Amino acid sequence: MEHHSVIIIGAGPAGLSTALALCQSGAKDVVVLERETQAGGIPRHCGHKGFAPYKNFGLMTGPNLASLLREQTTGLDIRTSTTVLEFTLRGSLRVHSTQGITEISADKIVLAAGTRETSRAARLIGGNKLKGVMNTGELQQRVYLGGEHPFRRPVIVGSEWVSYSTLLTCRHLHAKPVMLLAEDGENAAPSYFSFGARLLGTKVVRGAKLIAIRGNSAVEAIEIERFGKQQTVECDAVVLTGKFRSEDALYSNGYLERNGYAPAVTDGFKTSKPNVYAVGNVLGHLETAGLCMAQGRELAKVLFP
Amino acid sequence: MSQRFDIAVIGCGVVGLAILRRFAMAGLKCVALEKGADILSGASKGNSALLHTGFDAPPKSIELQCMQAGYFEYLDIRQKLNLPLLETSAVVIAWNDDELVKLPDIREKALANGVTDAKLISQTELRMREPQLAKSALGAVLVPGEHVIDPWSAPLAYAHQAIAHGAEIMRGAEVTKATKQEGEWHLATPKGEVTARTVINAAGLFADHVEALIHEPDFEIKPRKGQFVVFDKPASKLLRSIVLPVPTERTKGVVLFRTIFGNLAIGPTAEETDERENPINDTATLERLKATAIAMLPALKHVDVTAIYAGLRPATANSDYIIRAHKAENWITVAGIRSTGLTGSLGIAQQVVKLYAKHFGKLPKKLPAAIWTPVPNLAEHAIRPYMKGGEILCHCEWVTRAEVAAAADGPLPATDIGGLKRRTRATMGRCQGFYCAAYVTSAFDKARYGTP
Repeated sequence: MEHHSVIIIGAGPAGLSTALALCQSGAKDVVVLERETQAGGIPRHCGHKGFAPYKNFGLMTGPNLASLLREQTTGLDIRTSTTVLEFTLRGSLRVHSTQGITEISADKIVLAAGTRETSRAARLIGGNKLKGVMNTGELQQRVYLGGEHPFRRPVIVGSEWVSYSTLLTCRHLHAKPVMLLAEDGENAAPSYFSFGARLLGTKVVRGAKLIAIRGNSAVEAIEIERFGKQQTVECDAVVLTGKFRSEDALYSNGYLERNGYAPAVTDGFKTSKPNVYAVGNVLGHLETAGLCMAQGRELAKVLFP
Repeated sequence: MSQRFDIAVIGCGVVGLAILRRFAMAGLKCVALEKGADILSGASKGNSALLHTGFDAPPKSIELQCMQAGYFEYLDIRQKLNLPLLETSAVVIAWNDDELVKLPDIREKALANGVTDAKLISQTELRMREPQLAKSALGAVLVPGEHVIDPWSAPLAYAHQAIAHGAEIMRGAEVTKATKQEGEWHLATPKGEVTARTVINAAGLFADHVEALIHEPDFEIKPRKGQFVVFDKPASKLLRSIVLPVPTERTKGVVLFRTIFGNLAIGPTAEETDERENPINDTATLERLKATAIAMLPALKHVDVTAIYAGLRPATANSDYIIRAHKAENWITVAGIRSTGLTGSLGIAQQVVKLYAKHFGKLPKKLPAAIWTPVPNLAEHAIRPYMKGGEILCHCEWVTRAEVAAAADGPLPATDIGGLKRRTRATMGRCQGFYCAAYVTSAFDKARYGTP
């Protein structure tokens, strides 16, 4: 069986920074496995500014950060279009590539699989199944990677940082969001952001709940409930933002012990399996790319003191 | 110029396609007309995908007869069409003493319906079989023959096999007018006129509307909505059997079942509705279903919801299927095919062809050699295309670029994302498109139109 000293699952900011820091401190035989066709992670499709890889570095766009990371890690063993299917019972990895499936083992495995937003289904939002209901992730890929214009007057649901980044994506599209529906959540962004939203001409509605999405083949309206009253809001798309959660595909079967919706860790990165570590947004809370990178550098010190 | 056929089937749900297949394989020249943009866009779009033995069907009903004939034909042909079977068994569970006393009757009914291996099992046996079930389960009737199948690949395979035998399928072809001239039906559709000697009305949720094109219908479709909640894949490890409740006077109740795609689902509700298309989910019902599932299987508390959906059953006031030949009109009505249509479809097709041979025309003496058209396997427990390599586009369901391209090609290509999902599973997993929807749709468009 193919064996390495370190395998890192995921080539986003956390995974790439871990790999880079390991190699800089002299570690050998570090392999990064990435299921997408290109390394860089989520920032690849965050086309707006707001990414700071280091302190005092200034702000850059997500794609610029992603290409900076790729540049810095040139020469490392990063395998794209390579999907880890599962942990086997003996602790190795079942890995899919364009060539087929193989099993690979490692002394140390780092889970840096990142995060995703909670889907419409998991939010149990009623109504019809329609075109035009999406998460920010799908929207940004359509817009920044696919050059699409998926809507003109969407409703944006959420009051987290990412909800406002969606407003910026809309501005880029010259689309006019009808409403920012701020459900009360724990990761709410500071209220001056909602002032910013109003400056962009978007109505901010707080304390409302999205009940249903309506339409025939595409979105035509949503129904919201506020102070016990229902109201219909016309729109042509719904972007469900935030409520980020750990990408748990590799451990939701119980392979790693969990703490809520994330892998349980001690000392920052150690999971319940002695040779498996977790780093970055897979740990559950949405952090900035800069913080994920800092975590990666910390983890490298733990792995290769 | 209108096209002439022996048989025109109206409706490309699982029932219409099974009928089309059987007539085509008998050597007749057939066409199927579908109002939707793709096949399976009505009642067949959302169901619980179970292969039923008929143990609890109304005794001596046409429904029972069709289900059992369909059940055995499915088992007989499935390997030749590469259709999956997840052998789960079912348990009808008593959750309280009132239900416990009803179990012997359920078993008696099963025996009377010819399901002779149904048996009563004690609380201890049930716990050994299903250790994750809530402790309040008191006992059960075990029905070993109840299984899980793929609700979309099966009818797709029937369609492909019909096409291989010369049948035509026209989509976007709602029949708006039916007139009879010189012993032939002339059916007007947006895709042109179609002429056929015999018409089969298998229009599902619109069967009464189609029937009204030729005479006052003696039935009315009363759609019954069923909502479902699907849990993420780890949930499927918590349960072996299909879990059925003891039925009440009013309803058969909601079922907890594994899906062929490796998930676990609960549903359907049974709600009278006026909706005939685009059934809606409502949050309160979904929350109730989720809570019911957790009450039955407490470990589900820690598993996420992957998907939600709603389906419509084309029920009528009649308690049985309606399968009837209108001799003077050269017309066969197939209506009121409720929740058991997926199981019953192949059996219904046998009945319809018999009715045709009895009243309307002889079948060719010599059957053409059967052509088998296996479909790609989508079942989680069997060999899937990604296992041989290729580029994975949908990371939750492991769907490859080649599968997406294949779904956009062939004799019956997907025409929209819904059709693509039913043919491949793409974007149907836990992230619901967060990571891949943009790539999947662009690959699909590229395969369809050449450019993204």
